[in-house]
Formats: sequence, C-alpha cells, structure tokens
Amino acid sequence: MSSYYASKTAFLFYLAGIFALIVFLDLVFTGNGVQFDVGRFLTDTSPYMWALLGVGFTIGLSVVGAAWGIFITGTSLIGAAVKAPRIRTKNLISIIFCEVVAIYGLIMAIVFSSKLNDAELADGEVWPKSAYFSGYALFWSGLTVGVANLCCGVAVGITGSTCAIADAADPQLFVKVLVIEIFGSIIGLFGLIIGLLMTSKVREFDTK
Amino acid sequence: MEALFFNVENGYLEAIVRGFKSGILTSNHYLNLTQCETLEDLKLQLASTDYGNFLQNEPSPIATTTIAEKAREKLVAEFNYIRANAVKPLATFLDYITYAYMIDNVILLITGTLHERDTNDLLERCHPLGMFDTIAALCVATNVQELYSTVLVDSPLAPYFEKCLSAHDLDEMNIEIIRNTLYKAYLEDFYNYCQMLGSPTSEVMGEILQFEADRRVINITINSFNTELSKDDRAKLYPTCGKLYPDGTAKLSKSDDIDQVRMVVETDAQYRQFFDLPVGAERSLEDKFFEYEVFLNKKSFLRQFHFGVFYSYLKLREQEIRNIVWIAECIAQHQKERINNYIPIF
Repeated sequence: MSSYYASKTAFLFYLAGIFALIVFLDLVFTGNGVQFDVGRFLTDTSPYMWALLGVGFTIGLSVVGAAWGIFITGTSLIGAAVKAPRIRTKNLISIIFCEVVAIYGLIMAIVFSSKLNDAELADGEVWPKSAYFSGYALFWSGLTVGVANLCCGVAVGITGSTCAIADAADPQLFVKVLVIEIFGSIIGLFGLIIGLLMTSKVREFDTK
Repeated sequence: MEALFFNVENGYLEAIVRGFKSGILTSNHYLNLTQCETLEDLKLQLASTDYGNFLQNEPSPIATTTIAEKAREKLVAEFNYIRANAVKPLATFLDYITYAYMIDNVILLITGTLHERDTNDLLERCHPLGMFDTIAALCVATNVQELYSTVLVDSPLAPYFEKCLSAHDLDEMNIEIIRNTLYKAYLEDFYNYCQMLGSPTSEVMGEILQFEADRRVINITINSFNTELSKDDRAKLYPTCGKLYPDGTAKLSKSDDIDQVRMVVETDAQYRQFFDLPVGAERSLEDKFFEYEVFLNKKSFLRQFHFGVFYSYLKLREQEIRNIVWIAECIAQHQKERINNYIPIF
C-alpha cells in the first residue's frame, strides 16, 4: 500500500491546508490580522449553535457506530450460518448489543434537547454566562456520548463477528466470547454516564 | 484497523470458507477410513462426511482415480462459488492462486502440442482451476514461434513469460526449467501482491509463501545433484522471496551434496526439523514439507479479517484429497502396512 502521505485523502487535506494558509496570509498581509480573533468568534456565535451541534453529534455518531457494528457482525453471521444454521438465533444477541448503542445515543439526544428552550435576546444585549455554559456543556457532552458510542459500536461489532464464527466452529465458545462483547458494550455506558454528569448543571437559556 | 472495513466486501466469504473448513476430515474420520477393507466401504464412510454422495453415480467397481477426480470436482465447485462472489482485491488474490494451476496446464499443453498429442485429450487432463478462456488456442499452434506469441497475447501468464523467456528459450530449454522459471516469477509476483495488501494478509501469506519459496529452493537443489544442470542455471531458478535468500540461496547454489544442504538449512530454526531424519525413517523429506505446510495453513485460521484463509483452505483440502487417494490406493492394492502415512490435518 502506498504510504498515507501520498494517498488521495492526504491530497485533500493538503489542499485544505494550503487554502487555509492563503486565507490566513491574506488577512495578515492586508493589515486585517486582527480579524482573526478566536475570542470574538466564541462570543459572537450563539450558544444555540453549540448546543444543537451537540445534540446532532450525539445521535449522529451513535447511529454511525451502531450501524458499523451491525454490518461487521451481520456479514459474518450470514456467512457462518450457511454451514451451521443453529447459530442464527443465538447470535442475534450481538446485533442487539450494537443496536443498544444507538438507543443510548437516542436517549441522550432526547435528554439534551429537552434542556433547550427558545429564549429571545433583545437587540444590543449579550447572553449571560450561564447561557454560554449551557451551550458548551451540551456541545461537549454530545461529542463525548457520540464518540464513545461510535467506538463502542465498532468494538461490539468486531467481537460479534468473531463470536459468530467461533460459535459456528465450536458451540462452547459462544458464551465465552459473549463475555468479551459485554465488556465492550460497557464503554458506551461510560460515555452516557459522563454525558449525564456534564449536563446535569445545565440551566435553561435565560436572557437575564 | 483491518477489521473496520474488511467485512464490507469479504465478511460473508470469509465466514463461508470457515464453514467449509469445519467439514475437513478429522483424525476420527481417518481412523474409520483406514479400517475399510474395500473401496465400497470407503465410499460409505465418505458418504457420512461433508463429501456426501459424491460417488453415487459412479459404476462400481470404483477406481481410485475416480475418487480423486470427484473429490477435486467438489473442491473446484466450492472455489468457483467463492470466486464468483468475490470482488477486488479478493478477486485478484483468488486469481493469483489459480495462476499456479495455469502454469501447469500451459506446460502440459506446450509439451503435448509439440509432441502432437490429441487436443481434447490434453484439455481433459488440465486442472480445472487453471483453465482460462483462450487455453484452447494453445493447442492450435503448430510451431514454437506461434505457441510463444499465442501464450503471450492470450493468457494471464503473459507477464511471467515476458520477464524470463523468449521464443528461442521455449525451443531450447528443457520443459522443466521453463516450468520452474515461470513458477519463480509467479511466486515472487504473488508475494509482492500480498505484501501490498498490508497486514494481516501480508504477514500470514508472507510466511506461507516464504516457506513455499524455500521449499522449492531445497527441492531444486537436491533434485539437481548429479544432473547436467549447471550451478548458475540452478541459481537462476531459485525464488527470491524466501527466508533463505540471499545468503542461503547463494550457498545452496554452490553445494554439491545433501550434507552441505543440511548445513545451510540448519541456520534457520524452523527448517532444522526437516533434516532431523533418523536412518530408515518412515517420513521422507517431502512428507515433512507437507506437514509443515499443513501446520502453517492451520495457523492462518487463527487470525480473522485476512485473505490467507482462502489460500489455506484450498491447500488443506488438496492435502485431504491426497490423503484420501493414498488410503484408497493402499486399500485397493492390499498393502495396508503403510496406510497410516497420510498427513493428519485436524
């Protein structure tokens, strides 16, 4: 395989990097360097954007993880069940473990979106600090839960595929490999717990 | 990392091959087979395994060649099923496996055509896995020049012919030397392709193909003692993808007898066991090579998400067919003293 540094995806990154560099240098050389202001970006963007991005990441990344896990397990299960049809029903547990990951994401997305309310900001006013906290907390919790569920779904999927193949070869192996899968699915639960902890102090958006 | 995307295209086929592998005869089956008195008994015993009723349409008395043929037909059907469902890069990998059989078929046809044998007879004796569309064109050629241009244009073996032989060589060289030159080019090509696929395929197949290369080096060396093959010619036939390359092959190309071969080979820890033959042993060097090959092929099933399982399954089933034919021959010729000289697999 050609090295990663020369592959097609790497070229896309190089292009994006060069474009960013050109924009940056343009700003600096035309005396507008002060426009590159991270602080202004953070205070000017509405906390709603962060909060809703968080909710989107929660459900989006969780579903990607669950789907990834299901296809990894499902293909091996179909193939192995041709020679050993007895494994079909038992190994649906692996699929269910992957599906549970998506449900975690769904629950957290519902919990997060219930913390949002539609507060209107009058002209010339700024959001109070609590609003910024709410926005950031929801964003990073969402990312936490989403990425944790993504990894969990993939882990459970790969182990589930091995479980199906091992079960087809020797029925005694099923429960043993299932234990490994259970350990893998706990990762998703960790993400859920931390997400809940982070957003427990989130108050609703308030213009005061 | 390979586990993330392997199953998209190859998960189903890998699981199918593992299902096939679970049907390979075990030592219990072999115990039953060795206790058969006649070939009819053997047929009955085989009917209770994965082979099923593969011999039921054959008129009795069955010949051992029929058993071998039918068993091979079953294997070819399974391989063709997998090949039909495969996409690149698995499809290319499976094609590489068939090139070895194609080389044998092409050599068979070239020899046969040059000696003016019957075309259909030759085509029937070709290995089914090594057939390609334009193979019949080889039979039509009347002289060497035509043969060479037909082979070059029409067959997938063209790159191997280009690299090492010219039309002049085809005429002059001994046919076995041609076969070995082609096989060397093919093995190196296959090895490079597997390395390109990345871990774990490259690791698993790398080990297997390295052993294959070293085995050929040792066999070529030993078989060329007391023949008119010069040492330089011998060195040109050695594949370069093995563990013995470059030091071992350089020394082997200069060796004159089996003790020197033994000294060179003993530098490698795993190959030492091949020459540990006590005097009058039942196992020959060839048997030891087969045993080690079976060991490597079994090992490839211990890892998941690589292409080595497809290659290993094919080789293990071929070994199984050789075992069954050996047992059948012993039974048919009433020589059951050496019936246990098959290579056990599982």
